[in-house]
Parts: sequence; structure tokens; C-alpha cells
Amino acid sequence: MSLPVGSGMLTQAVADDKLTVSIGPQHPGAGHFRFTITVEGDEIVDAVPDPGYVHRGAEKQTEYRTYLQSIPMLERSSLTDVTNIIMPFSMAAEELMGIEIPPRAKYLRMIMGENQRIISHLYWMGIQGIFLGHSTAFMWPLGDRDIFVDLGQMIGGARITYSYAIPGGVRNDMPDDFKDRAIKVFNYFEKRLVDYERIFFQNPLFLKRTQGVGVLPRNEAISLGVVGQVLRASSVKSDVRIDEPYNFYKDMDFEVPTYETGDTWARCMVHLVEMRQSMRIIRQCLDKMPQGPVRAKLSPQQRTVVGEAYSRVEGARGAMSFHIISDGSTKPYRVKISVPSFRNLIALPRLLIGSHVADMPAIYWSLDYWPVEADR
Amino acid sequence: MSAAPVKVELPAEEKAILDSLTKLGDKAKVVFSKPNRIKISVFADNLVEVAKFVRDELRFDQCANVTGTDFPKEKQLEITFHFNSIDGAGLRRIIVAVACRVPSSAPELPSLIEIFPSVNYHERETTEMLGCIFKGHPNLSRFLLPEDWNDIPPMLKAYRLPGRLESE
Repeated sequence: MSLPVGSGMLTQAVADDKLTVSIGPQHPGAGHFRFTITVEGDEIVDAVPDPGYVHRGAEKQTEYRTYLQSIPMLERSSLTDVTNIIMPFSMAAEELMGIEIPPRAKYLRMIMGENQRIISHLYWMGIQGIFLGHSTAFMWPLGDRDIFVDLGQMIGGARITYSYAIPGGVRNDMPDDFKDRAIKVFNYFEKRLVDYERIFFQNPLFLKRTQGVGVLPRNEAISLGVVGQVLRASSVKSDVRIDEPYNFYKDMDFEVPTYETGDTWARCMVHLVEMRQSMRIIRQCLDKMPQGPVRAKLSPQQRTVVGEAYSRVEGARGAMSFHIISDGSTKPYRVKISVPSFRNLIALPRLLIGSHVADMPAIYWSLDYWPVEADR
Repeated sequence: MSAAPVKVELPAEEKAILDSLTKLGDKAKVVFSKPNRIKISVFADNLVEVAKFVRDELRFDQCANVTGTDFPKEKQLEITFHFNSIDGAGLRRIIVAVACRVPSSAPELPSLIEIFPSVNYHERETTEMLGCIFKGHPNLSRFLLPEDWNDIPPMLKAYRLPGRLESE
């Protein structure tokens, strides 16, 4: 028995000189996602994204669960960025529950959030490296990523899914030896970033394949509504951590990198600089954080007020926001998740059309598009 | 239990937005205003005009999110657009929500894609998840759901997840 194959899945000639090619859905980068491109020679004349292969109805699922029960399910949507996807959910839930979390919990959320950003960026760098044919830039970041996963494990207990930033604060305090370990790791990794720059980010091959490729001008970046690295690479200094500071980001001393060029190179460089800044933030948190409780008192069946809350944080890929509508019960009435990958997807056809086929992987992955996060 | 009214002094930018909104008269009703968040409700007929006002007068230039919510008792859907600003001075921390109620029997709204190109995929998602048609949108085809989805839009309250009890 042969399996039915939809006509859209096949490569087909749409005109004498044009060809439509299906990319995906089996992992064009990371995660199941498909897009079709129409090529004329080696120039892309049309690109149509087709997401949804990993849509799991996370928003619907929350309606059957209490706020606390939703946490492990929600973080599956973005496995490289688990702390930052549940943090805005918890913040919105806390607003509806009318509770203020202890200061130490806020610092711990920042530490885990920034550690998560480094983990996500290293994963991104590994894939971008292999897309550009640079095996070392695949091996090194994924090896170093493990050290940060270890750091996360010291606090969160698990390696990937910590369920850490729960409503009411964080699940547990950090161990006493975390600070020494973290500083040791950062001292190592800061040197390592210099190596990365030398072998990858200054590599002539990398420069040739990214500079001037997939340029998104500033005005279009704003009107298309992109966020995160894509927006900052187009010279917009926007970051939720400075735009609407949550936790204690107001007291932190860090830089938000921006670049004028708006090309693939700029989007890659933003990732590199952000890893350094994340370590800078964690160092400050470790120095400044007070002693005290890490969780506010909360019932597992905590009731909320009737109303709605909209919270956002800067996830590893950009602004991550939750809109929760509550009817006053123990379960949310409606949860809407606005994820950076979904918002940045709109830039993909815009950047691919007019590019060469050979530039497609570099452009696609410079958006750091995570299909599972976009589909929810 | 309902939200206890807490008196919070609004920052100057929010006050300025509320002042500008009075220019719209009856066309926009302020639902709530608190620091960083303002929600207004409009009728479907006025949505395009209010959206233009939000872009040109209030200087909000991006659509961050579109939420569709089903209210079966009222037989209405509420479609909420969340706008944020990049180039408005001091406005980046503020989210302006524009909510519009439409009847569940024939949910239809004008598309805002001409005013905010960033609503493109958000409107497509809302159409398939709640069945609300955005008139004037160039492409409202399947997006996140499977191509062979053959049921009511899943974010309607009438849709129950398979395997879940009615009481859940």
C-alpha cells in the first residue's frame, strides 16, 4: 500500500522556468516546520511558510488545568527557553491572584532566565554553524551548552524542564555552592567566547555568507512586528528588559546590542554579544541578591480575581507574552500566548524572496525560529 | 470575587493617551487603565478608524498579539488586539488593547492588515481557532491546524478536548 502524498509535498514545475520546492517538514533546522519556495534558476521568487506540524493546543490545554498544573505542560512548547516561557505566565497569574513574590525569588528568576538565554543561544549557534558548513562551530557550542545545563540542574534539579518559575515565586532556593561554580563557569566561558569569535564570527567564510544577506530595513522590521534579535539587528534598541523592566532589571548594568546593517551577520552578532551580557547580569544578581524566602504562600487551588492580565518578558528569542482572561475560578478562562518565533515568522518570506537558494539556511536560522514554540 | 479598586496614580504618558482617546468620543470606551496597560472597547464598525487613530495619533506601531475569546453565555466572541510602540517616546512599556465584540453566529471583522501589516499571521490564527472572518485579509487559509481538520474551531468553548469529561 502506498501512502497518500499531498500534491503540495512534491517538487513541481509551476511554469516553464519556475519550480516549487518543499523544504521540510522533517527538521529544516530544529523542529518540524515546512515552507515551500518557488525558484527561478537559483533565485527565490516566492516563499510560503506552513507551520503547525507541532501544534499541540497548549492554549486549549490550560483551560482544563489549574494555574500550577499548566506549568509543566507550557514549558514543553519551548524546550530551549523553558524558564522564559513560564515566567510571563506566572507573572500574569500572580497579578490576577494579587500576590507579590519575595525579592530573592525575583533574583532567582533572573538568574535562571539569563542562564536559559545562554543555553538557547548556544544551541542556536551550533545549528547556525552546521548550516554554514562549519563543524567546529557545531561541536564547541553544544559541548559548552552542557556546562550551562549543569548550572541549571544545580538550581532546578532537572536538566531541561525545571518547572522553576511557578506562580508565587520559584520552586526552591539555590544551593550554597552555586555561586562559586557559576563564577568558575563564567570565567571559562568568557575566554571561550573569544575563541568563538576567532574561529567562527571572524571567519572569512562566515562573513562572506552572512554580510549583506537577508537585509531587513528598520522601518520594515517595525511594521512587520518582529521582536528580539531580528529587531535589534535592524538598529532598534528594543528589549523588554529595558522597555518594561520586570524583576530587578532596572538595577542591573548591562548593554542591549544593536546593529545598523539588519543583515544575517547582524542577527548572528546580537546572539554573541547577548551571551556575554547574560553572564554579566547573573554575576550582578549573585552579588546583590538578599537572603529570605523564595515562595509566597499559595494554595494549590488558588483563586483569582475576575479580570485580565497581560505580562511579557524578554525570552531568548524576543518578547514573550501571555494574555490571561480569568473568570475568578481556579483555572484560567482563556490563555493566549504570543511567542517571539511566531512573530518573527512573518520576516521569513520577506527575507527569502529575492535571495539565492544557497543563502536560505543562513537566513532561516538567523531568525532563530523555533517551530515548537511558534506552533504552541 | 471581583477586583478590588486600587487607586494608582497613572503616569503622564497613560494620562496623555486617555486624553487623546476622548477625541474619539463614543467610538471608543475605556475598559480599564492602569500603569502600562490600557484597554478600550469599540464596535466593529469603528474598528478601522480606531486602529488608524492608535497608529497615527497614539503612535503605536506594532501588533503584538491578537486574542480571541468565546463567551457562549453572551453568544459573543471578543477579539482583542494588543498594540505596542517602538517609535513613540516613552511608550514602549505600554500595551494598548483594542477589544471588539462580535456575535458568535456570524463573527466578522474588517482586517487591519492595511494599517498594521504585523496582524497578518495573528488574524489567520484567530480565524482558524475561533472562526472569526477578517474581511479584506488576502489569505485566511489553514495555518496551525492540520490540513484535514474537520471540526468546529477548537478555541470555541463548545469544542471539548477528546478524552476529557464534560465536567472538567
